[in-house]
Amino acid sequence: MGAHHGPAKGMSRWLLTTNHKDIGTMYLWFSFAMFILGGAFAMVIRAELFQPGMQLVEPGFFNQMTTLHGLVMVFGAIMPSFVGLANWMIPMMIGAPDMALPRMNNWSFWILPPSFLMLASTLFMEGGAPAFGWTFYAPLSTTYAPPSVTFFIFAIHILGVSSIMGSINIIATVMNMRAPGMSYMKMPLFVWTWLITAFLLVAVMPVLAGAVTMMLMDIHFGTSFFSAAGGGDPVLFQHVFWFFGHPEVYIIILPAFGVVSQIIPAFSRKPLFGYASMVYATASIALLSFIVWAHHMYTVGMPVAGELFFMYATMLIAVPTGVKVFNWITTMWRGALSFETPMLFCLGFLVLFTLGGFTGLMLSIAPADFQYHDTYFVVAHFHYVMVAGAVFSMTAAVYYWIPKWTGRMYSESMGRIHFWVSFIGFNIAFFPQHFVGLAGMPRRIPDYSLQFADFNMMSSIGAFIYGASQLLFLYNVIVTIVAGEKVGEDKIWDGAEGLEWTVPCPAPYHTFEVPPKIDAVSAHA
Amino acid sequence: MNFKTVAKACVVSLLVSGPTWALAQNQINMAKGVTEVGAQIYGLHMLIFWICAVIGVAVFAVMFYSIIYHRKSRGVTPAQFHDSTQVEIIWTIIPFLILIGMAVPATSTLLEVYNTDDAEIDILITGYQWKWKYEYLDEQGDNVVFFSNLATSQEEIYNTDAKGANYLLSVDEPMVIPVDTKVRFLVTANDVIHSWWVPELAVKRDAIPGFINEAWTKVPTEGVYRGQCTELCGAYHGFMPIEVHAVSREEYDAWLAAKRSEKVAQTAAAQQALGFEELMASGEAVYRAQCSACHGAQGEGGVGNAIAGSAIALGEVAKHLEVGIKGVAGTAMQAFGGQLSDVDMAAVITYQRNAFGNNTGDIVQPADVVNHKQG
Ligand code: HEC
Ligand code: HEM
Ligand SMILES: [Cu+2]
Ligand SMILES: [Cu+2]
Repeated sequence: MGAHHGPAKGMSRWLLTTNHKDIGTMYLWFSFAMFILGGAFAMVIRAELFQPGMQLVEPGFFNQMTTLHGLVMVFGAIMPSFVGLANWMIPMMIGAPDMALPRMNNWSFWILPPSFLMLASTLFMEGGAPAFGWTFYAPLSTTYAPPSVTFFIFAIHILGVSSIMGSINIIATVMNMRAPGMSYMKMPLFVWTWLITAFLLVAVMPVLAGAVTMMLMDIHFGTSFFSAAGGGDPVLFQHVFWFFGHPEVYIIILPAFGVVSQIIPAFSRKPLFGYASMVYATASIALLSFIVWAHHMYTVGMPVAGELFFMYATMLIAVPTGVKVFNWITTMWRGALSFETPMLFCLGFLVLFTLGGFTGLMLSIAPADFQYHDTYFVVAHFHYVMVAGAVFSMTAAVYYWIPKWTGRMYSESMGRIHFWVSFIGFNIAFFPQHFVGLAGMPRRIPDYSLQFADFNMMSSIGAFIYGASQLLFLYNVIVTIVAGEKVGEDKIWDGAEGLEWTVPCPAPYHTFEVPPKIDAVSAHA
Repeated sequence: MNFKTVAKACVVSLLVSGPTWALAQNQINMAKGVTEVGAQIYGLHMLIFWICAVIGVAVFAVMFYSIIYHRKSRGVTPAQFHDSTQVEIIWTIIPFLILIGMAVPATSTLLEVYNTDDAEIDILITGYQWKWKYEYLDEQGDNVVFFSNLATSQEEIYNTDAKGANYLLSVDEPMVIPVDTKVRFLVTANDVIHSWWVPELAVKRDAIPGFINEAWTKVPTEGVYRGQCTELCGAYHGFMPIEVHAVSREEYDAWLAAKRSEKVAQTAAAQQALGFEELMASGEAVYRAQCSACHGAQGEGGVGNAIAGSAIALGEVAKHLEVGIKGVAGTAMQAFGGQLSDVDMAAVITYQRNAFGNNTGDIVQPADVVNHKQG
């Protein structure tokens, strides 16, 4: 495309686009739509759990809700949102004109909506949607699954293909398209964390595909991978799933780490304390994440030696995670802090993610995990790391870069309201879940005994507040796009660093068609 | 529900550490555990909790100090320091040492949890959708077997009756074990994966079809200990509680002897013919406890199909017995032949054929069940 070539008109712009910014935008909107859908499922769950007894839905349908909520949030909301962010920001951060494989980029987005349409359509099928949890343990997900499981498997295959294509594209872009002088150790941390995440994705998505393929074979072609009656092994499923599943949680959080490592220095007006050690910490987290999967399976009856190995390895992960937190805090130390919305969300991230890290450390202690496992304590843990970790940082990213994307400024006061309502709602929703979990409430149950009633009601109220705050977010974004104050300068935040701030706001349709010169000092933030 | 308490709790929880003192009547921490292992695990839990709390306080103190004193609005000029290998090494080594300190007691407790040697009693626990089977293994082969079902009524669950004190946590037949005795649990499952958990005994083991997992307990004090299934096992996963009664050795022996004579009595009862009224009355009880969750309180169906007007319930008795005894493979309709006594099976089949407007007038006797089983 020539330098003066603007976007095509009408629908074909979006259907046929190979422009990284257009594709990034589509990913972001798609993931937000999924976030709302997954959130709606969560509201059904919390409404049923508002009081003891069955009020609104039947137990079977409740399980469909928990299953779809988990799948949609993990694969439809969080993962695509970070891919969207990568699409928008990585070429601009490394001084590249576009992604390395633009046509594949179009394809990796456009297979996503059909895949989720198929997944959502299972709700209307005979026997209902999958009801075996987002972890879909066999044989509940094979021999005992509703017929719609086949569609679920197909949906997982497609979104796996999408993820793999997306990550190959990111790897190719980062390795080949950096502007001259943009050496690896000058790349912004967001680029680094995504590069490592992309390798994780390429490594583990095929494992997930293998797991669902084995399910497909068991269900339709008479094999017995996971059926004990046929000589198979139900525990094998869990090993395969978690060999994907644990790295998956880091796939979700590493780009979030990247975002926070961009934003905190910007609003501290001070360079990131330990750039190199952050890169090494990210890499070691990624490597360790391959050898800790069975900490999700402490109660399956592994030999004690295996149990010990996975316990020690899991505890070890806390070390690089700690390094990250210490680094962010030291970055703030003696800076000149200001608290615009992106920074608020990053601070929210910092506090709440750290709490989630602590509960992770507690869960890593195998004998104690016998009491925590499959209770609401685990639910609290992973919402602290996934919602307050990944979703908060994603929200911070939107506020931080939206002036660059749209050329318009969001309303600071509305942004702050959004932050405080989210933060308060989130904690009311999820903090009490630590208590009911410790007190013995299992997860994935539609009804509970009376001693859990007060905290569950509180949790539901918090969830409704948090849910409502997302509508505020939508409102803020739309108002910014249509009526936000136009911004004049290229660099919106005085402390921000990086190439994306050297191009105009809004970023033109094509950027860096001529590679920029990399300033040796301020290349990375 | 008490909105006021809840509202109060919401406010307090904003202080994040606050809820610890709110809602004093609610349990907010792990059960201390009545067993030695339980106490050790509780100790580990508190130790790691306090380690996290101390680190957390330190980290957040630094952070909030920065937030308060190093703000731009105070007119500070930002320092520009970064990178210090020394600092990086310190904050890598110190957590590492703390973790080693933590790993030592964790390892010894784990070894203890895994030490199932020298048990005096073996109980085979089998998870079913959605109930537990307990089988007391006997060296002479005179095993005592029974199923343990949710005792909470559908009316309580669907809010037409007031909920009892042990709502969702009580069963029709609890597991009984003697105190001060090492009991080994052999845990497995019949259909999907379940998990057998009693918090106060600190025992949680997955029940996996095709595997037999081991766990153990030695309860020092008499009492009733309750738990729940903790692995998603289908629609009624939330409705398969566990109730363990720890009793004195004498009481245990008497209970076991009673169970054995019950078994003999049941075999004898299967030889006798019962009256229609009697069969209907006990059939209704069995139906409500065992079948109504899936087939509906009025036989209207649910997970299972409707019994009212069902072709099978109105058709041949043999076919109906076949479904009741052997189940329907690949569906939630399991084989009840091994779960119900012959008398109960006869009663529930009779009931299904004569209740909900199915007025076949058929009477199914225990002897018919025995004959059907023998083919
Ligand atoms: C876990 C759920 C569940 C429970 C509990 C259950 N059933 Fe069923 N039942 C089913 C299902 C599902 C079917 C349908 C099977 C099929 O697809 O053919 C069924 C079918 C039947 C049928 C055949 C009805 C027809 O018209 O096809 C009979 C008879 C029956 N069950 C008897 C019983 C009895 C007696 C009990 C209690 C002792 C019981 N069921 C408990 C799930 C259950
Ligand atoms: C300090 C780092 C962490 C440690 C030591 C840790 C440890 C653990 C352990 C041991 C479990 C299993 C608990 C159980 O099922 O009994 C667990 C569950 C989980 N963790 Fe973490 N975790 C950490 C960080 C994270 C992060 C960063 C994420 C994602 C962003 C995450 C997401 C999850 C999820 C989703 C589950 C539950 C999965 C399920 O069963 O559905 N964790 N964690
Ligand atoms: Cu994990
Ligand atoms: Cu269960």
